[in-house]
Amino acid sequence: MSIEFRHVRKTYPDGTTAVEDFSITIPSHSTTVFVGSSGCGKTTLLRMINRMVDPSAGQILIDDEDVSGIEPVALRRRIGYVMQNSGLLPHRSVIDNVATVPVLTGTPKAKARQDALGLLDRVGLDRSLANRYPGQLSGGQQQRVGVARGLAADPNILLMDEPFGAVDPIVREELQQELLRLQREIGKTTVFVTHDIDEAFLLGSQVVILERGGRIAQTGSPQEILANPASDFVAEFIGAKRGKRRLTAEERGSGDDVLLVDAGGYPAGLISAPEGRITLAGTGPLSRSISNKTDQAGDA
Amino acid sequence: MLILDAISWILDPAHWDSVNYQAGIREELLAHLWVTLVSVVIVAAIALPVGLYIGHTGKGRRVAIAAANVVRAVPTFGLLSLLFILIGIGVGPGLLVFVLLGVPPLLAGAYAGLEAIDRQTIDAARAMGHTEWQILFRVELPLAAPLILGGLRSTVLQVIASVTLVSNFGINSLGDFILGGLASRDYVQVVAGSVLVTALALLVDALLALLERAAVPRGVSRGDGRTTARGRRVRTAPTGTPIAEGN
Amino acid sequence: MAWVLSHLGDLWTLTLAHVGLSVPAIVLGFVVSVPLGYAASRSRIARAVLFTVGNILYTIPGLALLVLVPVALGIPILNPINVVIALAIYAIAIMVRSAADAFASVDADVRQSATAQGFSAVQRFWRVELPLAGPVLLAGIRVVSVSTIALATIGALVGIPSLGSFFTDAYQRAFPTEAVVGIVLVLVLAAVFDVLLTAVGRLLMPWNRRSSALGARVSAVAVPAHAGGR
Repeated sequence: MSIEFRHVRKTYPDGTTAVEDFSITIPSHSTTVFVGSSGCGKTTLLRMINRMVDPSAGQILIDDEDVSGIEPVALRRRIGYVMQNSGLLPHRSVIDNVATVPVLTGTPKAKARQDALGLLDRVGLDRSLANRYPGQLSGGQQQRVGVARGLAADPNILLMDEPFGAVDPIVREELQQELLRLQREIGKTTVFVTHDIDEAFLLGSQVVILERGGRIAQTGSPQEILANPASDFVAEFIGAKRGKRRLTAEERGSGDDVLLVDAGGYPAGLISAPEGRITLAGTGPLSRSISNKTDQAGDA
Repeated sequence: MLILDAISWILDPAHWDSVNYQAGIREELLAHLWVTLVSVVIVAAIALPVGLYIGHTGKGRRVAIAAANVVRAVPTFGLLSLLFILIGIGVGPGLLVFVLLGVPPLLAGAYAGLEAIDRQTIDAARAMGHTEWQILFRVELPLAAPLILGGLRSTVLQVIASVTLVSNFGINSLGDFILGGLASRDYVQVVAGSVLVTALALLVDALLALLERAAVPRGVSRGDGRTTARGRRVRTAPTGTPIAEGN
Repeated sequence: MAWVLSHLGDLWTLTLAHVGLSVPAIVLGFVVSVPLGYAASRSRIARAVLFTVGNILYTIPGLALLVLVPVALGIPILNPINVVIALAIYAIAIMVRSAADAFASVDADVRQSATAQGFSAVQRFWRVELPLAGPVLLAGIRVVSVSTIALATIGALVGIPSLGSFFTDAYQRAFPTEAVVGIVLVLVLAAVFDVLLTAVGRLLMPWNRRSSALGARVSAVAVPAHAGGR
């Protein structure tokens, strides 16, 4: 299911323009991330896909069908939606929360619950949590339930609005890894919104960096963007100029590893250099010349 | 002791029957309950839909609050007197006043109950594909039920108290004992009447309180958790936000 | 209209009587509720006890309370003090909850930073918590004021003069104008008191320009919505 935005614009009655003129194609079966600071319109754009927000001008097409022609309730039942604070119904048990959309579309409750148990496994939750209530779960667990709920109707599109923003970093990392695993297994068209560029690079195969008013600063794969920031804004945003991403190699003295240090002198990582040789993946001119250099270092 | 006399007056079975023109406890009690019930049903028929509408759509809130403030200022007794003079004695004008005064608490309970629900929960329900009616009945009402019942409780008490005042106006109620007793200087009767109507009010309130507590959905905070602030910050969780343990 | 003009003396006397019943009740209500509400905001037990007792007292219908108070205190029923006490009881029942909310609304962080800076508990109460709880307290007292003035009319049923006397008299004479005048006077009195209280609030809390908006919002939620003439 591919999604296309054509010259989408959103102005609010009080005059503020959230999105000026946004066009993009979101390929199917991959994860596209909208990333930007607050106020750039990324959440607004996401919510246009399932018609929680309607554009003032322009079109949104899913598989070449204009969403404005689709009845919103029916559309939403076909699209999975995961939000920041999970948005679970607090007066329903976990299992009933996961089974919400299938039950809404007419699946018998027993079957829906059965399927939901399978989904709990999928997102890494213990089945014993099924009859608990959301209030009894930790933040990370609630978010997993939210993801399971989004997957329950087996939608082709999954929308995720900063779903890991409200949990602590360790849990966030676990959830990100889970999502990557799920993506590999299921491969849904996913649109993911975040303000965290590292998260965007981790999760997205296509990353869309947004400025105020929904203006696209750059689109591309994480590698492309890191290697070639299109503007100062992008460079600033991804921290290319800041010390954290400018790394230099230092000898460590003994051992086979070369220490990578950022511009501020803080250790950022290690490259293994067995026998003093750093091997560069790839076959371009750079790899060959570096290999030559480390040969020399190894001699010394 | 007057209070003991009053209690024995109440317990005297003779006083429960109606004799000649003097209505007994049974008759007054039933009349009181009946008028209260009818009034509350009418109030609910008006206040619930309007309150739910205001709470769900957010429109008309200011008008509702202004109306509530005005009604609060109007003396029950004055309105009763006026209407009975203008329309004449009987249940009609009485009901009008009881309903008028009884609507604001239930109305407020209804829209406050809906407003107290975490907007995110409703947004999520909508995003998953609930229709607006489904949101109202499957999400909002269950979560708002405690506050709505709280409003109902206030309404019922308001009506019970107002019905007590209509003794002189041709409607039977437990107030007859109080005012009739004052007129005939039978102070035992006066106190007995007061005890009766107090007991009625307390009993009904206790029942409704139990109902209110039972209406809290499993897994949900009541959303009024602000009143204790013992040094630690109490997060005011809106109704319908699951309070995650350890967060 | 002619009736009004010819009875100005009565209007004035009864209004004064009404004020004489209401004001002590409101003041008493406020003075007693503030410390009780503070206690309720700081201790779960105090809160449970006070709210329960307050609820029970508030549940008692007005007319019944007017009879039970003198019985409990051993005073004759036909004494104006009864009305004042009964009104005060209602006022306290309403206001304690409002005061508890008011003090609870003071940010715990602010309280803790005040303590950390070296305020003693007493100083902190008077200089930090009370002022910050002010707006909600004001909203509460405004509601109490309106309710009390409306409720004081019931005194007429037991023979205590107040603006409610117009109602009993009007009914006896089948004279609607008098009842209307009585209602209008009650409303006007309530409005006057409300304006006065708001003005006092603005005087004492100059930092709080938004008090009216806050008050309206808070009074709709923080104070029991059913506080009305009963």
